[in-house]
Amino acid sequence: MSDTQTIGQAGEAGFGDYIALLKPRVMSLVVFTALVGVLVAPGPVHPFIAMTSILFIALGAGASGALNMWWDADIDLIMKRTAKRPVPSGRVQPGEALGFGMALSGISVVMLALTANLLAAGLLAFTIFFYAVVYSMWLKRSTPQNIVIGGAAGAFPPMIGWVAMTGSISVEAVLMFMLIFMWTPPHFWALALFMNEDYSKAGVPMLTVTHGKKSTRTHILVYTILLAPFALAAGFTSIGGPVYLLVSVVLNAIFLWGAWRIWRRDEDMAAADKYAVEKQVFKFSLMYLFLHFGAFLAEAALKPFGLGGW
Amino acid sequence: MAFRAEHELHKRRLGRNVGLGFVLVTFVALVFGLTVVKVTNVGQMQGFDHVIRPELVPAEVAPPTPRPTPTPEVAKP
Repeated sequence: MSDTQTIGQAGEAGFGDYIALLKPRVMSLVVFTALVGVLVAPGPVHPFIAMTSILFIALGAGASGALNMWWDADIDLIMKRTAKRPVPSGRVQPGEALGFGMALSGISVVMLALTANLLAAGLLAFTIFFYAVVYSMWLKRSTPQNIVIGGAAGAFPPMIGWVAMTGSISVEAVLMFMLIFMWTPPHFWALALFMNEDYSKAGVPMLTVTHGKKSTRTHILVYTILLAPFALAAGFTSIGGPVYLLVSVVLNAIFLWGAWRIWRRDEDMAAADKYAVEKQVFKFSLMYLFLHFGAFLAEAALKPFGLGGW
Repeated sequence: MAFRAEHELHKRRLGRNVGLGFVLVTFVALVFGLTVVKVTNVGQMQGFDHVIRPELVPAEVAPPTPRPTPTPEVAKP
């Protein structure tokens, strides 16, 4: 028997594991949408304040990701896609993830209050609460509508960015929120159609598991139809303009056509081509959101030259 | 005898400590930057409660004060 033992290696996390707890891929979307919210907001703001606000919004989103990983470690272990995350793999202890998430939540909210204003900080605190408690702890395991309501957590960042710069909520901020909120269900359900097995194993009541794929296809079409008016309406506000409206009309037409194609297919057709259409629509949905927010940015960038906006 | 063997564990700890150090330095720099920006960009405000400091606000041009109406002189007897 050896007289030395190496202990705690499995539980010894590297710096990268703590970064992974923040869900960097989700954070990158948060940074982008919050950046747009900040840049399209009216009024001059010091660039350092704007940059710092985005940083703390992203940190808050990361904190909620860490809390989500702490709570969901049991189902993350079952799903192939998430089994290598720091908590289920044992590199980070659940208590560490909880403490990390709570500490970062507090820091991000307080720092956003000091950097921008109390309303923005309050919205960030609500977003963290909504994602960690309402979505992760309550809705995710109890209702197939988890994605619909949980989508609100991902929809808040551009609104927080706007509020951080202006100090108030306006129709533009609400429409940016609605754009992401209504986009989330068709985006995730398109993914769930071809990633069904993982969610079934973990017992997460995704719509595909509880109501079947036929019903999910109908839901995708309905939500895509409901999404279009919000996306187009944003084009008639102060953050929209001809460029945005043109981009939005084209993107919504393509998304609706994709949702229509998904709705018309049955499982046999989808299995025959290995869910080619569903995968296509899922990939396009990412582009859809990116280009909409890119068009907001383009309108804001054109304004100094007298071209953007109406 | 000193324990000199370099273990993978030590590399991981070093990486974590260096990372944490970097994060802390960045945070201090951010707070310092924010302080500088806030202090130099808030205008003429009191430092302690962020309200306008009346004595620093440029005085408005005072409206012309009405001349006192002359009291009719009473002829002395």
